[in-house]
Amino acid sequence: MVKPATQKKTAQSTLLTWLIVGWAGFCLVPWYGMEDGFFSFDWLSWGYLFDTDTAPGLFLVFQGEKLWLAPLMVFLAAPIYAVGKARTDASYSKILIICGALGFGWLIAQGFGIGIRGWQFAWLEDLFGPLGDRQFGMGYGGLLVASAFLFVFTQGIAARGAVNGDIFVVGAIGFIIAIVTIFVFYPILSMLGSAFITQENSYSVGVFFEKFTDRRLWGLACLSGGRCGAAWNSLALAILVGALTTILGLIFALVVTRTGFRFKRGLRAMTVLPIITPPFVIGLAIILLFGLSGNVTRFFADLLGIAPSRWVYGLPGILIAQLLAFTPIAFLVLIGVVEGVSPSMEEAAQTLRANKWETFRTVSLPLMRPGLANAFLLGFIESMADFGNPLVLGGNFDVLSTEIFFAIVGAQYDQGRAAVLALVLLAFTLAAFYAQRFWLGKKSYTTMTGKGDAGVHPQLPQGLAIPVFTIAGIWMLFTLTIYVMIVYGSFVELWGVNNALTFKHYLTAFSVKFGEHGVHWSGSAWDSFWTTLQIAAVSAPLTAAVGLVTAYLLTRQNFAGKSAFEFGTMLSFAIPGTVIGVSYILAFNVPPIEITGTGIILVVSFIFRNMPVGVRAGIASMSQLDKSLDESSLTLGANSWQTFLNVILPLLKPAILAALVYSFVRAMTAISAVIFLVSAQYNMATSYIIGRVENNDYGLAIAYSTTLIVVMLIAVGLMQILVGRTNVGRRMGQTRTTVQAGG
Amino acid sequence: MTLTENSNAASVSFENVTKVYGTDVRAVDNISVDIAAGTLVTLLGPSGCGKTTTLRLIAGLEMSTSGTIRIGDKDVTKLPATDRDVSMVFQSYALFPHMTVLENVSYGLKFSGFDKTETKERAMAGLDLVGLSGYGTRLPSELSGGQQQRVAVARALVLEPQVLLFDEPLSNLDAKLRRQVREEIREIQQKLGLTVVYVTHDQEEALAVSDRIIVMNNAVVAQDGTPRELYDAPANRFVADFIGEANILDCEISSVTGDRAKVQLGDYGAELPSRGLASGKALLAVRPNRVIVGKSGMENAIPGEIARFTYVGNHLELTVDTDHGQIFATSTDVDAEFQPGDAVAVTFASKGPVLLGE
Ligand SMILES: Nc1ncnc2c1ncn2[C@@H]1O[C@H](COP(=O)(O)OP(=O)(O)O)[C@@H](O)[C@H]1O
Ligand SMILES: [Mg+2]
Repeated sequence: MVKPATQKKTAQSTLLTWLIVGWAGFCLVPWYGMEDGFFSFDWLSWGYLFDTDTAPGLFLVFQGEKLWLAPLMVFLAAPIYAVGKARTDASYSKILIICGALGFGWLIAQGFGIGIRGWQFAWLEDLFGPLGDRQFGMGYGGLLVASAFLFVFTQGIAARGAVNGDIFVVGAIGFIIAIVTIFVFYPILSMLGSAFITQENSYSVGVFFEKFTDRRLWGLACLSGGRCGAAWNSLALAILVGALTTILGLIFALVVTRTGFRFKRGLRAMTVLPIITPPFVIGLAIILLFGLSGNVTRFFADLLGIAPSRWVYGLPGILIAQLLAFTPIAFLVLIGVVEGVSPSMEEAAQTLRANKWETFRTVSLPLMRPGLANAFLLGFIESMADFGNPLVLGGNFDVLSTEIFFAIVGAQYDQGRAAVLALVLLAFTLAAFYAQRFWLGKKSYTTMTGKGDAGVHPQLPQGLAIPVFTIAGIWMLFTLTIYVMIVYGSFVELWGVNNALTFKHYLTAFSVKFGEHGVHWSGSAWDSFWTTLQIAAVSAPLTAAVGLVTAYLLTRQNFAGKSAFEFGTMLSFAIPGTVIGVSYILAFNVPPIEITGTGIILVVSFIFRNMPVGVRAGIASMSQLDKSLDESSLTLGANSWQTFLNVILPLLKPAILAALVYSFVRAMTAISAVIFLVSAQYNMATSYIIGRVENNDYGLAIAYSTTLIVVMLIAVGLMQILVGRTNVGRRMGQTRTTVQAGG
Repeated sequence: MTLTENSNAASVSFENVTKVYGTDVRAVDNISVDIAAGTLVTLLGPSGCGKTTTLRLIAGLEMSTSGTIRIGDKDVTKLPATDRDVSMVFQSYALFPHMTVLENVSYGLKFSGFDKTETKERAMAGLDLVGLSGYGTRLPSELSGGQQQRVAVARALVLEPQVLLFDEPLSNLDAKLRRQVREEIREIQQKLGLTVVYVTHDQEEALAVSDRIIVMNNAVVAQDGTPRELYDAPANRFVADFIGEANILDCEISSVTGDRAKVQLGDYGAELPSRGLASGKALLAVRPNRVIVGKSGMENAIPGEIARFTYVGNHLELTVDTDHGQIFATSTDVDAEFQPGDAVAVTFASKGPVLLGE
């Protein structure tokens, strides 16, 4: 057959493509970053080739400028020699590996070695003498050339037989490692370095221990009526939230898939609402209800004749807000898993004389274990990293994420303390991560054999259905109330003072004038609104793509260092947004990667903050797909990329949708990292709203939030239509619903 | 169009192939076999002996730890599955649940450089061959187990691969269907001249479909031969036991001349092919239908006593206690009358007993 020939051609043409990309990057596009931003093409005019600000690397070198770029040409040229060679040739892989590694290494070395003030390190100056030249952050040219080196390198590795010589898989692994290193490890390491930096700018271990053993971190005074340390508070809160959201998420998933509950659609829709709500909005609504002058508090105070209290501030308030906010995430994770449990397993159990309850307990529930573990982990980490709710509702209940924030923006300005707190946070989340893996152990939870399971999920046993209904009902009512409050609040002149209804807030934010020059977006919120939409729309598909590719590598491929790889890709999730924000500013404010103040830094921070959700969703769904599906695709002549595209992706539509929805929505609602990264040019909705809240302009803040919620609802609906459904054709029964995430 | 004789069919050869999982699980241990083009060869052995691993090594789904694998004249040891011209029918069928039957069957064709019309024609021809012409638009979940199985076969067949692999293809089917499907597989294989490697743990299935059988045990080849060779001349105790039933008795080789050995088992003596054995202790394997149970005092026979006697319609089953252990016999002489406790004598048909080493 024709296959062997095509394979050889693919390898050769892939190599050729990347070499062309590399040379194009070196010869055709500006080497350094543009002042006006990545997406502005003002430089594209006659003569850009020779203007030292916009010249490509090649032209710089020919003009005798930036001569340290010259060696790159050698590493780009040598692999051309390999293009004509057979892949099995020993020199083929050797050339590619050496050139790729040295080229990439040189690129990094020159980037870090030479900065805005010439030599970056004193010893370089001692060695080579003064430089008299300098450089800024890399731009298109640097990006293309770096990519070329990376993929030349991975192709060399593949040619040596790694992962069965699979170019796609090795390339994907290399790519993920590279971006995670650059955008997760590098900023975090540079940030953690500051945990050891003293006031005098020298390194010291003592300073670390001094901050680590702080009583504000580990104090246990709350057991005797005082205040506990932030570390204990965060831990207790996160365990509570993780466990409760998992239970609630499971309950809702069961209600939707296995009962005749009449308001399933309503429940689905409602579990989505809190996800698309900016943080602190739920916090604000809870204050409106339960705060000192909240409706509920006053009602009960009048009823019982007691003085209204501030009970909601602190643990209770944060707990309620986080439950409302994060249960839907658990639901999204669990619905896929609950539906993925093969009905035939359950039917098998029933024919083995297990009754409904025993079936549920001995078969369904254990098969859902990976989902439960994932849901818990997500809830735990989300709670640890949440910043908005503790900020609004925290009271005297200190948690790590807000402490970090205050350590940096507060009067104390103590980077070292922030870094130490971040370390503690990281230790907790990593511990949860390992506990989860330990619990899951090595068991296989694969249930879908690919034979297209026939059958219908059994109904929940009666004894379980009643409490489950009750909880779902209460939840729905409560959520409904919260949202009514939010919408109502956006139309109220001044909450608690003047309850007259008005459109004023919406007009201030979103008015549009039609003048002679066409439409004039005169509302104060439009700028941040458009920016937010744009950034969210760009980062969502990127996040989903990176997340799912990573999940694919983790579940379907074996390679050396896989667990380190998994650790690396999940790490960013364990880092709260505040830390990401600060570390990004520190790391990306200076060459070689200079993106502070651009939209890119926002997009990048969203990708790496939300990627783990994509990864988890992907892993959970992929581990339900039997491996023989991929293998049969491979033996039928599809390569791993085609298999990924034709077999895995279509079967993963629920996971893709979950990842897309989640990352889009998070990009629109996130606050903790954003607040450090926005700039005048790229202001985001949430940071604008926080600004309004700080000015006590609650009306406008809530009106803007309400608008965002509506916009996101529309966007989520559109995405569902766009991604579509994959019909795996289970026999439809009275209770089956098509696999579908998020209402 | 219809599918015709496959000129692609190629031989497979293993040269000292070893596969180690992790650090110490030796699933395949230094195996060397040759599979001729156009034949159906079965890998037979108890569960866990390394059959599936061997099959996956041919497919390229596992990479050998050492040794050389060739398909046709080509060394494919380092080639991944995609680049080998081999298709596999999985035990679970592995039909893509989100694609219709026709899409499933067309799947591999898409990646083989056929244009749209040819892909469709070939896929239809494949479905036709397995008798599922009208089912193209169904989803796999809307088919019965047997039909799913045939789709999986068609999907692999239409690629006209050099080698077609089956991993216990009948294990999810009921007994009646099993016989039918295995005959269909055999028929298609012979009609198209395919090279097929077929894994099973069912010796009857193996004997029925194979040109040759490779018996595996504990990660090594126990014997490799035609069904008849394996049945009539098992190479060792394991094969004698695993294929059909056999009485394995301790005997004594009194002398060896050329390739003939004089064998003594109590009062029974015979001259048999020596099969490379020297004088001394040895084993004698005798199929139950080669055991003759006669009147007590018979010439050249060992005395015994009937322990069990069962009439099963078309033959008798007898178990005889002797000084050399229990001997199990079948007899087509259904009119013979025996009672448990009867004294009898046991001897063996002249071509019956086979000498075994250990
Ligand atoms: N992926 C694997 N990792 C580790 N051990 C394996 C793996 N696959 C199979 N084995 C082991 O290799 C041996 C042979 O397995 P297999 O080839 O599947 O046997 P068979 O198909 O003959 O039943 C068994 O002991 C099995 O436990
Ligand atoms: Mg097997």
